[in-house]
Amino acid sequence: MTQMTDPLLRVNNLTMMYGDRVGCKDVSFELRPGEVLGIVGESGSGKSTLLRSISAQQEPTKGTVEYHTRIDGVRDVYQMSEAQRRLLMRTDWAFVHQNPRDGLRMNVSAGANIGERLMAIGDRHYANIRSNADSWLGKVEIASERLDDLPSTFSGGMQQRLQIARNLVTSPRLVFMDEPTGGLDVSVQARLLDLLRGLVHDLNLAVIIVTHDLAVARLLSHRLMVMQQGKVIEHGLTDQVLDDPQHPYTQLLVSSILQN
Amino acid sequence: MEQLANNPADGATAYNFAYLDEQTKRMIRRALLKAVAIPGYQVPFAGREMPMPYGWGTGGVQVTAAVIGPNDTLKVIDQGADDTTNAVSIRQFFAKTANVATTEKTAEASIIQTRHRIPEKELREDQVLVYQVPIPEPLRFLEPRETETRKMHALEEYGLMHVKLYEDIARHGHIATTYAYPVMVDDRYVMDPSPTPKFDNPKMNNMAALQLFGAGREKRIYALPPYTKVKSLDFEDHPFEVQTWKDECGMCGAHDSYLDEVILDDQGNRMFVCSDTDYCAERQEAGHRGPQHHDQPLGNASREKAAE
Repeated sequence: MTQMTDPLLRVNNLTMMYGDRVGCKDVSFELRPGEVLGIVGESGSGKSTLLRSISAQQEPTKGTVEYHTRIDGVRDVYQMSEAQRRLLMRTDWAFVHQNPRDGLRMNVSAGANIGERLMAIGDRHYANIRSNADSWLGKVEIASERLDDLPSTFSGGMQQRLQIARNLVTSPRLVFMDEPTGGLDVSVQARLLDLLRGLVHDLNLAVIIVTHDLAVARLLSHRLMVMQQGKVIEHGLTDQVLDDPQHPYTQLLVSSILQN
Repeated sequence: MEQLANNPADGATAYNFAYLDEQTKRMIRRALLKAVAIPGYQVPFAGREMPMPYGWGTGGVQVTAAVIGPNDTLKVIDQGADDTTNAVSIRQFFAKTANVATTEKTAEASIIQTRHRIPEKELREDQVLVYQVPIPEPLRFLEPRETETRKMHALEEYGLMHVKLYEDIARHGHIATTYAYPVMVDDRYVMDPSPTPKFDNPKMNNMAALQLFGAGREKRIYALPPYTKVKSLDFEDHPFEVQTWKDECGMCGAHDSYLDEVILDDQGNRMFVCSDTDYCAERQEAGHRGPQHHDQPLGNASREKAAE
């Protein structure tokens, strides 16, 4: 049971300054395998800055990000060589962007989009790559006959699901999501959330999901971090935070959503 | 450097030997040395304006100018032919500015500047093959950012190259890339052989001659030292293959050379001829005959005659 107790990711006193301006300040938390952490807060509260700093896309001013790698044990991601870091980012990690066009190659087919990560780690058998891509298309509920179509011919929801398939094909253990349901209408959102919840459960994924939508956070995440002005003001189990908010800002946030 | 300067009696008096000034040639040679030291790596160089437009071989001309000496014999080919406009003008350019001997015979040349083709005749250790390159970056098709492609080369992240080949098979059922077919050089750098047909890729592997690549517009030089391993990228279940033709060369009957299709009339008649004119002419001199050969005078003019 050591896997359950060893954290997959440990963030210590992470601070990101943009000159004198605070991006995020003194953020610390741990994430275990299979755990879903939601980060909520209003626009400009530092959610995306935090996500970028954790996911090795922007080196923080202070603090460390440690990840339990498959081969080398616990490593500080900013102490790794760039080659190791980029390998980690395209194998054991995944990043789902809000806008699927940021995460997809729009000028190659859906199959090539899903196959890219496989080819990047050395898969050189066309038929295997293709059948793997096909099965992932099925898992994200896209018809097989769209395998050779360009993503630009897909609807927004399909593009988002294709982006998810493309990311999960290498069986990552940690997935970063930045507003994955933004820009989708309510019914498509519901379907995508349902799909995500299933995948997270089946694949035992650890997820850090940034959202301003509390409904998304409630549905997907086990734990919740509430941010305001770059600081974490409340942190706890999702139900606890949403049903019994302690901080005045969280109370305001929770009361601002329509109750049914 | 004194002895390299042109004799005033030679004609092009205002120019230094081989057009470029000596400092520029040294700069290009330094880039060439680095390129040879790191096979397949694209070395930036301060490409100069040449008295011809980009796309006409300014990169190749600068490389040739940097390596040519008074005792060299130059051959220039375009699409395999010695008699096309581009080949003729570059040959004349060096005949005028460097006063060097020129030839159409592959075996007699010490430097061969080419666009598209590698001569059919096997090259030797004492020969240099200079390629004119339009787009040196093989990853450009899928990754437009130069900063990113450089990083990908540095970190050997070449999965993207296979995405292009995957896309080919998905769309056409086979790898439909027929020219600029990407190769892995010395198990390290992915290189674009540029507009050469993939028919010539196997010739690059383990070639005895030094191969130099110059891209004028993009200002990059890269190289393959003699006997370098060059492997064309492919999939395990879709291995690399070169083009084949059902026909033989109409003039010399060759089965093993790269053939150009020539439309003869509007009745659907056509013929195939070797794209390497020197190879074809040599075979005809040796008595080989193709089906469309009617014993016209030998040489390059015979192709046009046959087409009439």
